[in-house]
Amino acid sequence: MKILVPISQVPDTTAKISFTDNDTTLNTAGVSFIINPYDEWYALVRALELKETGKAEKVTLIHIGPAANDATIRKGLAIGADDAVRVEGEGDSSFVAAQIADYAKNNGYDLILLGKESISYNSAAIGGLIAGDLEWDFVPLATKLEINGDAATLEQDADGGVSELEAKLPLVVSCAKGMAEQRIANMRGIMAARTKPLQVINAVGPDTKLTTIKSYQATPGRTSCLIIPEDNIDQLVDILHTKVRAF
Amino acid sequence: MSVLVYIEPIKDKIKKAAIESVSYASQVAQLLNTSVTAIAFNASEETIKEISNVGAEKVLNISDSAITTINIKSLAKGVIAAAKEENVNVIIFSFDGSGQSVAPYVASNLKAGLVAGATELPKVEGNKLEVRKNVFSGKASAIYSIESAFKIISVMPNSIEIASNPKSAEVVAFAPSTDLKDGVQLKNFKVNDDVAHGGVPLPDAELVVSGGRGLKGPENWGIVEDLAHALGAATACSRPVADADWRPHHEHVGQTGLAIRPNLYIAIGISGAIQHLAGVNGSKTIVVINNDPEAPFFKNADYGIVGDAFSVVPKLTEAIKKIKAN
Ligand SMILES: Cc1cc2nc3c(=O)[nH]c(=O)nc-3n(C[C@H](O)[C@H](O)[C@H](O)COP(=O)(O)OP(=O)(O)OC[C@H]3O[C@@H](n4cnc5c(N)ncnc54)[C@H](O)[C@@H]3O)c2cc1C
Repeated sequence: MKILVPISQVPDTTAKISFTDNDTTLNTAGVSFIINPYDEWYALVRALELKETGKAEKVTLIHIGPAANDATIRKGLAIGADDAVRVEGEGDSSFVAAQIADYAKNNGYDLILLGKESISYNSAAIGGLIAGDLEWDFVPLATKLEINGDAATLEQDADGGVSELEAKLPLVVSCAKGMAEQRIANMRGIMAARTKPLQVINAVGPDTKLTTIKSYQATPGRTSCLIIPEDNIDQLVDILHTKVRAF
Repeated sequence: MSVLVYIEPIKDKIKKAAIESVSYASQVAQLLNTSVTAIAFNASEETIKEISNVGAEKVLNISDSAITTINIKSLAKGVIAAAKEENVNVIIFSFDGSGQSVAPYVASNLKAGLVAGATELPKVEGNKLEVRKNVFSGKASAIYSIESAFKIISVMPNSIEIASNPKSAEVVAFAPSTDLKDGVQLKNFKVNDDVAHGGVPLPDAELVVSGGRGLKGPENWGIVEDLAHALGAATACSRPVADADWRPHHEHVGQTGLAIRPNLYIAIGISGAIQHLAGVNGSKTIVVINNDPEAPFFKNADYGIVGDAFSVVPKLTEAIKKIKAN
């Protein structure tokens, strides 16, 4: 059983977000980039655990983007993935998902594990798009995953509780908090990552975009905070009651 | 060529997010001079009444008790069949747990452009729809243009007003010719402890009381729970609190936890780190209780009390209880 882990590259969580070119492009000045935390902390680490316990033979990273993103891919290799593929190209979610689906299908992957969403575009769409492209089953928002042969048992966050599920490979699973614990790459991993295979392939499929982004706008901050003295709680209660209508 | 809206299989009562998505679909239909058809699974009479009150004129109802919210592939196939049956080219979902997962599966099959988590109604620009959604975990928003023939929008819960638009919906029992089965099976459902004890599930909550490391330890969460209980609010927490297992993981809000947009968010003993704000800055009103006047959260709040949570919060709870009792 081979696991494919798609990773996206996102601005560091502390990055201040601003735009250039008339608000059409992210201003990358001073922004450092990381692997999307859901992909790294949960999907990749769980994939590695499955390999370490003998449930999977191989864990491959896949990323769609330019050569400048190779450094981010190497970070994933340093954490422990066996090899990586970078698809040269850029596009919307449908384009990205089509590349991953195509690679998985042609290279015999049975399980695609990815984060529940990226912290850049927050669309939570790639998992469902890949599953749709491959016509595989899809378990989103999983917090536990065990594999036995071609059978998967999972837990999934649901409204007000946790669903315990069974499914069969091949499968797409999107991972949420609880799936695994973040791992920090050690020096040996970082050294090994330098020589692990990183294959670059060309994109497939349509170059027509289904969606485009016209412009961005930074979210305006809250302008002023009314500080209410501690001994005047009633003022806050009154605001919550009459203005916010909280009760 | 109506607008199609997806209604998830409903366990108890239809959720506000679903009603919002129907109301959104109805407003999109008005922009496009057409009507709204809903595709529903095992819908009850009450559900049909609720969605026709906000604009659904026709309901295609698939009755198949084997299909529940866990069956993403089955649900997607049902929606795809309905889209073809009705010859629609715009489909609306809610960007909640079910809609956010089914929408992309459908989008893939129909080669539809998808905007996931729209916060406003779209603008019609010729053959395109332009619509805003949040990006970079709420630090910014972007206007997307959907250029494909098929268009799919999922609507961020709690971001649009529900407009009453009563119709008498025609209900059609819909049995697609395609096999809807998929391979995902439910073995068990564990109700979260807080919900089992009458608490409010966090993702849909209108009111949220949240605690951070300032509360010092799990044994002190009583004051947070009492306030939440007095308000009828859900409880949430910052990341280090969930990491330390003071609170369950599903309560963790922020850039790497749950993103929420309640009407009221009360943050107690939370410093207001940028990653925390990213998950809560969509809240309509933010109240901060913190003993450090320099805490960054005060710069991102509407109301603040500088004080010790252990004395402020119980007083607040008592004052709210007193008003509610009257
Ligand atoms: C990659 C990454 C992702 C992250 N994602 C998230 C995320 O999703 N969500 C998240 O929350 N964090 C996230 N963080 C962590 C974030 O940076 C902060 O460390 C975290 O939010 C701090 O939690 P806190 O406010 O509870 O604790 P602290 O920062 O320790 O703040 C405690 C606050 O309590 C106040 N306080 C102390 N005693 C009292 C008292 N008696 N009464 C009132 N107030 C008191 C203090 O003044 C202080 O402001 C992330 C960090 C990284 C690096």
